[in-house]
Amino acid sequence: MLTLNNIEVVYDHVILVLKGVSVVAKTGQITTLLGANGAGKTTTLKAISGLLNAERGSVTKGSIELDGVRLDHLPPHDVVRRGIVQVFEGRRVFANLTVEENLVAGAHIQSELKRVRDGIARTYELFPLLKERRHQRSGYLSGGEQQMLVIGRALMSDPRVILLDEPSLGLAPRIVEEIFVVIRRLKESQDLAVLLVEQNAALALDIADHGYVMENGRIVLEGSAESLARNSDIQEFYLGLNEEGARKSYRDAKQYRRRKRWLS
Amino acid sequence: MPEFDLQFTIALVTNGLLIGLMYALIALGFVLVYKATDAINFAQGEFVMFAAFICAGAADLAGMPFWVAAALALAGMIAFGFGFERVVLRPLLGRPIIAVIMATIGIAALLRGVATLAFGGGTRAIALPVDDEPLFLGPLMLPPVQLVGAAVSLVFLAAFTWLFLKSRMGVAMRAVAESQQVATAMGIDVRRYFAFAWALAGVVSALGGIVWGGMLGVDNQLALIGLKVFPVVILGGLDSVVGAVVGGLIVGVVENLAAGYFDPIVGGGTKDFAPYVLMIAMLMIRPYGMFGSRRIERV
Ligand SMILES: Nc1ncnc2c1ncn2[C@@H]1O[C@H](COP(=O)(O)OP(=O)(O)OP(=O)(O)O)[C@@H](O)[C@H]1O
Ligand SMILES: [Mg+2]
Repeated sequence: MLTLNNIEVVYDHVILVLKGVSVVAKTGQITTLLGANGAGKTTTLKAISGLLNAERGSVTKGSIELDGVRLDHLPPHDVVRRGIVQVFEGRRVFANLTVEENLVAGAHIQSELKRVRDGIARTYELFPLLKERRHQRSGYLSGGEQQMLVIGRALMSDPRVILLDEPSLGLAPRIVEEIFVVIRRLKESQDLAVLLVEQNAALALDIADHGYVMENGRIVLEGSAESLARNSDIQEFYLGLNEEGARKSYRDAKQYRRRKRWLS
Repeated sequence: MPEFDLQFTIALVTNGLLIGLMYALIALGFVLVYKATDAINFAQGEFVMFAAFICAGAADLAGMPFWVAAALALAGMIAFGFGFERVVLRPLLGRPIIAVIMATIGIAALLRGVATLAFGGGTRAIALPVDDEPLFLGPLMLPPVQLVGAAVSLVFLAAFTWLFLKSRMGVAMRAVAESQQVATAMGIDVRRYFAFAWALAGVVSALGGIVWGGMLGVDNQLALIGLKVFPVVILGGLDSVVGAVVGGLIVGVVENLAAGYFDPIVGGGTKDFAPYVLMIAMLMIRPYGMFGSRRIERV
């Protein structure tokens, strides 16, 4: 279980970005962290993985614990060894490395070669598409394949917590669906906690067990995924539904288009 | 210009290839550092010179046998590579890359000064345990020193290429080269690989220093070998291991041909600028070199 106790994060010694955030991600569950642009979701993940320090940020208050053991102030490569791995937003593959080399890099902390091989085999089972492309440079994969690769690569370290930052970003709905099916399957292993950051609240709440809503560096709402999905504020602001249940943003867009046609 | 003469040309090309392999080895040290850390090592020539001084000095001043002196130079340069990264470069992490480049220029001057202070201004010799008698192979006359140098280069080039392209460590190095942030997120301790790259630069410098020092004698002039590295890596591609090898061979051959055919007319010196003419031409046609990566634009 991953626990964030009331953490505060400051960039450049002065910019206060997280203002007392408490989040729990339970093993065997998917926990989602929702929020608008700039709410502080990525910052939260970087605080956990320790990658904040490279960006002149630091955790100034509170604590981050994995099963009661404190992680804050560990260097990021040690955090990975403790079992926490972050998947960045934007599909950050090692573009000049092949698919398989990316996976080998992901298994860096494994000392036994056998575990690397097993990990690669498991990844190909999870994402058969990657197996076909194993010797291709990953920079030339499609966006969906790259997203699969970065998730598979993260799993190569046999993590106990995986932090996923907006895996749906910029992908076609059908591909997103495929990827979310796999994320849901990650629960089956029973010894993994998934912390999923998403802007696509509908998708995230659909597969998550528990969720948090973040605004302006604070958690403003917390609850089971079902209760959040039923919450009217969330429906309005994050799911794009108004009271009649119609797709607000969709309708707005249609009206906008209609207006535009009149104008032009 | 002397008339074209096949045998003469073959001889020039062969010697050029042998020398070129040694350029390739030294260029490889440069490329590994550039790939892993983005730093341009302007002290590569001084590294070579300093290694040669250690080897020659240990033999001359302390009376060590060649192999012991050579081992000392190797160990000394590895330690120096690690130390340079640890003491000078690590505090510069996160600063603009120009700071690192300036630091290498600084260390170059320092090495030249320290070498003269410690070993004197005269030229020292390294007595390589190789015959002076050239080998005759048909029309070819091959100095054994060059053969040994080429053989050592080949072995180490092969070893480094394997390490870089096939081993897990090499994968980690290339991952670091692509993105330090993402590599860190895989649990890779980036700084360790920086230090490792500099230590490898130390290794190739020691090998180069011992062989070149044995051929040319050891003094401050030996650092000029470093000037050959730039045309080699621009031709091959700053970040390409294969490029370092091919570029080294080309520079070795071209400068030898130029010297063989043009020196008699202009009175010498073509060896020093011919590679640079090639380099400038390459910069105009393909600035990233023959094998350098044009960044993959997709993603
Ligand atoms: N390195 C940094 N230095 C200073 N401020 C930063 C830094 N990184 C992020 N911030 C600020 O912190 C706030 C939260 O950013 P963060 O990236 O965590 O948001 P987010 O919720 O992930 O947004 P998005 O959905 O757009 O990815 C923003 O106001 C941002 O400008
Ligand atoms: Mg973000």
